[in-house]
Amino acid sequence: MKHIKTINKSTLNQDIKKAGCGECQTSCQSACKTSCTVANQKCERK
Amino acid sequence: MIHTYKMHGTNMVLDVNSGSVHVFDDISYDVIQCYDQDGNPDEERISDLLSIYDEQDIKDARAEIENLKNKNLLFTVDPYQKMLPEWTKKTVIKALCLHIAHDCNLRCSYCFAGTGEYMGHRSLMSLEVGKRAIDFLIENSGNRRNLEVDFFGGEPLLNFDVVKEIVYYARSREKEANKKFRFTITTNALLLDEEKSAFINEHMHNVVLSLDGRKEINDAVRKRVDGTGSYDRILPRALKMANERKNKEYYVRGTFTQKNLDFGKDVLHLADVGFDQISIEPVVAEDGSGLEIREEDLNTIFNEYEELAKEYVHRRKSGKWFNFFHFMVDLEGGPCIAKRLRGCGSGTEYLAVTPQGDLYPCHQFVGKSEFLLGNIFDGLKDNTVRDKFAECNVYTKPECNSCWAKFYCSGGCAANAYQFNKDIKIPYKIGCELEKKRVECAIWIKAQESGED
Repeated sequence: MKHIKTINKSTLNQDIKKAGCGECQTSCQSACKTSCTVANQKCERK
Repeated sequence: MIHTYKMHGTNMVLDVNSGSVHVFDDISYDVIQCYDQDGNPDEERISDLLSIYDEQDIKDARAEIENLKNKNLLFTVDPYQKMLPEWTKKTVIKALCLHIAHDCNLRCSYCFAGTGEYMGHRSLMSLEVGKRAIDFLIENSGNRRNLEVDFFGGEPLLNFDVVKEIVYYARSREKEANKKFRFTITTNALLLDEEKSAFINEHMHNVVLSLDGRKEINDAVRKRVDGTGSYDRILPRALKMANERKNKEYYVRGTFTQKNLDFGKDVLHLADVGFDQISIEPVVAEDGSGLEIREEDLNTIFNEYEELAKEYVHRRKSGKWFNFFHFMVDLEGGPCIAKRLRGCGSGTEYLAVTPQGDLYPCHQFVGKSEFLLGNIFDGLKDNTVRDKFAECNVYTKPECNSCWAKFYCSGGCAANAYQFNKDIKIPYKIGCELEKKRVECAIWIKAQESGED
């Protein structure tokens, strides 16, 4: 496309049926402890 | 819903529900400003653009926008809310924050734990309590295999023999319980020595080393008991630990306050002295403490984040790579949507345990009697408080439901919400503004690192 560059096509709803296994790290167990950021966590399955 | 913003000359467009990210040129960016949040164009406003742009260019830009809509990469609808009952019907406990020591060898002026004692009395966790906490976690974790234990304080190195014994005990139970423990320790590094470092490197999945950045910034707030600064003692110990981590995680983690709104310099200082995993976070302090972040500080902080993002990209491209915790975002993978809706899991999946074995929704609620959930020996007593935490997600918080950043911050910190609004469902507004700016920076960085300048 001439006007728009797509950086990320991958969509949040890709894994909707497999979501919620709960094996991932709890957010506050990483570096934050005071300011929750979830989107920088990892999925245990990937 | 979409979110559009400009940063350092790049026009960013985020499709909130799909997570798609696009870089628009000026024409297409001005065109998309004429669409409502449902993707309907305002023809009159688009006609006004004819005074600036060529008609064919506008047509082309519109065609590209329509193309992305048809591919479900723009103006997508939310398909997740209907799944919420499935994702929230049952939670198990999978992480504990063990308050190994309600005591500290620093006297940091912003600490939410007072001087380490959490507004109670100074105490150390016994091995009996620690072992029972491990048993409690196993018993309450259902089928979850991966369990997390964070050794926290106060300063956990003040009670390190108990830390070691708890680790050994948890490891001894892994096989028969079919669990895998991951340990983290958060320490100010003052008491790190060869023996403790070796143990941490062998057993801890992650170590968080507390240091605020430049010496004068750190020493103004992170004082030793005798009132002297802590930087000179911490730095060599923390650096040595960082260098020894090899393939295991660590963060050097600091706090910024209204006294160092130029905190980007502290991030870069930590990178300059040799750390490559860095987290510097805004203080959460009482109003009037002289350290709290005020609304009038926000524009300065926004600018600081943006400038830091620019330098971050530059350094990472020029062989001085480092990672800043709040600029991390995985656009291709990252956590699943079920996790993104619910946030950190405090009060449900994640609990804090005091030296006496009392249970609280997280480390920041410890000492607030109205949030006492029970005790590891007697179990969880009253589910009223836990149920309130279980109800928290981005759809039950009105401010989150309408926010473009909801799938990145996931509703924010319940402890912050309670501290400032006395309601865990009303997010801390300044925290939200800072989080949104950090997410904007993180996504912009991804655009730069994907080759877009």
